Amino acid sequence: MARVRTGVRAMGAVLAAVLAASLAGCSSTGGKRAEERAAQQAAEGRSAVNTPRWTFAMVTHSGDGDTFWDIVQKGAKQAAEKDNINFLYSHNDEGQQQAELVQTAIDKKVDGLIVSLAKPDSMKTVVAKAVKAGIPVITVNSGSAESKAFGALTHIGQDESIAGEAVGDELNGRKRKKVLCVLHEQGNVGHEQRCAGAKKTFDGTMQNLYVDGTNMPDVQSSIEAKLSADKDIDAVVTLGAPFAAAAVKAKRTAGSETEVDTFDLNASVAAGLKDKSLGFAVDQQPYLQGYEAVDLLWLYRYNQNVLGGGLPVLTGPQVITADDADALAEYTNRGTR
Amino acid sequence: MTATGQPAAPRTDERLLRTSPLRKLLGRPELGSVVGAAAVFLFFAIVADSFLQASSLGTVLYAASTIGIMAAPVALLMIGGEFDLSAGVMVTSSALISSMFSYQMTANVWVGVLVSLLITLGFGAFNGFMLTRTKLPSFIITLGTFLMLTGLNLGFTKLISGTVSTKAIGNMEGFDSARKVFASYLTVGGVELKVTILWWAGLVAIATWILIRTRFGNWIFAVGGQSDAARAVGVPVIRTRIGLYLGVAFAAWVSGQHLLFSYDVVQSGEGVGNELIYIIAAVIGGCLITGGYGSAVGSAVGAIIFGMTSKGIVYAEWNPDWFKFFLGAMLLLATLLNAWVRKRAEATK
Repeated sequence: MARVRTGVRAMGAVLAAVLAASLAGCSSTGGKRAEERAAQQAAEGRSAVNTPRWTFAMVTHSGDGDTFWDIVQKGAKQAAEKDNINFLYSHNDEGQQQAELVQTAIDKKVDGLIVSLAKPDSMKTVVAKAVKAGIPVITVNSGSAESKAFGALTHIGQDESIAGEAVGDELNGRKRKKVLCVLHEQGNVGHEQRCAGAKKTFDGTMQNLYVDGTNMPDVQSSIEAKLSADKDIDAVVTLGAPFAAAAVKAKRTAGSETEVDTFDLNASVAAGLKDKSLGFAVDQQPYLQGYEAVDLLWLYRYNQNVLGGGLPVLTGPQVITADDADALAEYTNRGTR
Repeated sequence: MTATGQPAAPRTDERLLRTSPLRKLLGRPELGSVVGAAAVFLFFAIVADSFLQASSLGTVLYAASTIGIMAAPVALLMIGGEFDLSAGVMVTSSALISSMFSYQMTANVWVGVLVSLLITLGFGAFNGFMLTRTKLPSFIITLGTFLMLTGLNLGFTKLISGTVSTKAIGNMEGFDSARKVFASYLTVGGVELKVTILWWAGLVAIATWILIRTRFGNWIFAVGGQSDAARAVGVPVIRTRIGLYLGVAFAAWVSGQHLLFSYDVVQSGEGVGNELIYIIAAVIGGCLITGGYGSAVGSAVGAIIFGMTSKGIVYAEWNPDWFKFFLGAMLLLATLLNAWVRKRAEATK
């Protein structure tokens, strides 16, 4: 009994200390309050249409806690709010599990389905099932080649090969000679296409480096080791925004002069572009992928409209350099770019 | 001095005492998990209106079967007091071997399937052999195998196919018949029942029969409970352990072939992390982490709980971010319930 009481007392002491510390030092900049103020200034979310409340499900191949997919979700939710949609989101990075999640959406008899086809073969049967059940399907982000064959209305995303080629061109414009392409997800076909596309248009030499994207220290140390071993590398291209920061740290510790460029955006990438620690970023506008997918499904249900004329609707690549970073900072902080 | 006295009352051995059926039931390892499964089922039936549809139950059963096929031999292995951390990636390895062998040799798909069976059993034998030879804990041995297989999966696939996934074999000879065996489905009254559910039921039945009715089953309990004592009374400890790892490898082969013939193409990076899910299913089903106690039926109930939770959260339209939290909470609750039921059962003996 006495032991229990001391435990309670200790907990109370810890709680009191935390409260006191948080009250003692207020920050006049940033933090939660600034965020709340910004949210108040932004428009309130209300639906702008009077169509029935349809249910749309989105099933992606994202892992847990992925920044990119978080932005896609934000866009989708914004559109769902506007279009009076009940929006459901689920994800799994294993093909079989993702297929099962699509099956659950079919079981729920949703009015529209949004899927990403990073693993098209795992999704083939189940997407066909959805189409057969009369559910309109839109594919996003990956699977532009398969989308039409699977019976989807439209594909919204970036063609990874084209995006890679844009990177190769940009690197040529920056007079780079030897580039490292950092792949953070072994087994991701889209990532392979990006590096292959960049290799295709780039005039210098390009090597691939595989790292474990779920383990940031490992990413940093792998890049560091590579940069220390090969002093000729004058540009590192990472395939996701969070990895750009790791590459910049690796560059510092390795004492290398290399330029760091990246796919995708986030707040720290925008800041990095601004202070010139990053060269350029290639954005595929994830917010747009989520927003348009929901909105196009709504248009299809409301008016049988289909966008794209049978071809993918491209949301990228958009090359962003220091000149554009200023304008984007506000949106990346908000988590929508 | 007792020549003319009454004969003493016959003293029976306490092990031969007749126990009431109810008490027998209370002593079953899987009882706690059955109670848990009923609770989870009721819970989702109330909060998710689409959970009780026939088609949804088909989906849940399929999800449970893909875990349960592996959880049954993993449960046996854990009763035998060992771990297998390589079970998750072994499934992917098995699918990759089968697909790539058929494609590269342009052989009938069944040839690849059989080659894959042999090599996968080889992995299992390697695990068992290393364990019995080196005397290192199985946690370490299979952790090594897990990492090696993960690397082999990626490395070999890239080397042979040039990409991170295998080539499609859907147009090759034997594919259709193999698909019937490993990845077909029956439609019963509007419900899709996948063939994996049959495989699962079969494997659980065989595992249960081995545990309860055969000498090998007694050896498993003995080896897991007290391996030195088991060796002293003549139980072939080494053979038992290797046999258990072969069982896990066989199930990994079945799961791997199912993956391959459902989707025709295999991604080389998958399967990592699933080994823990199999262990969780076995533990929820009443297996002790220290060995010597548990049941195959329990592992099936654990798999059903897992399937219901993972799909139920989606049917209930909750945010899937919380899924892992629920899983962890459920694991603790189920294990506590098991421990409590077991204590009660022992106290009333």
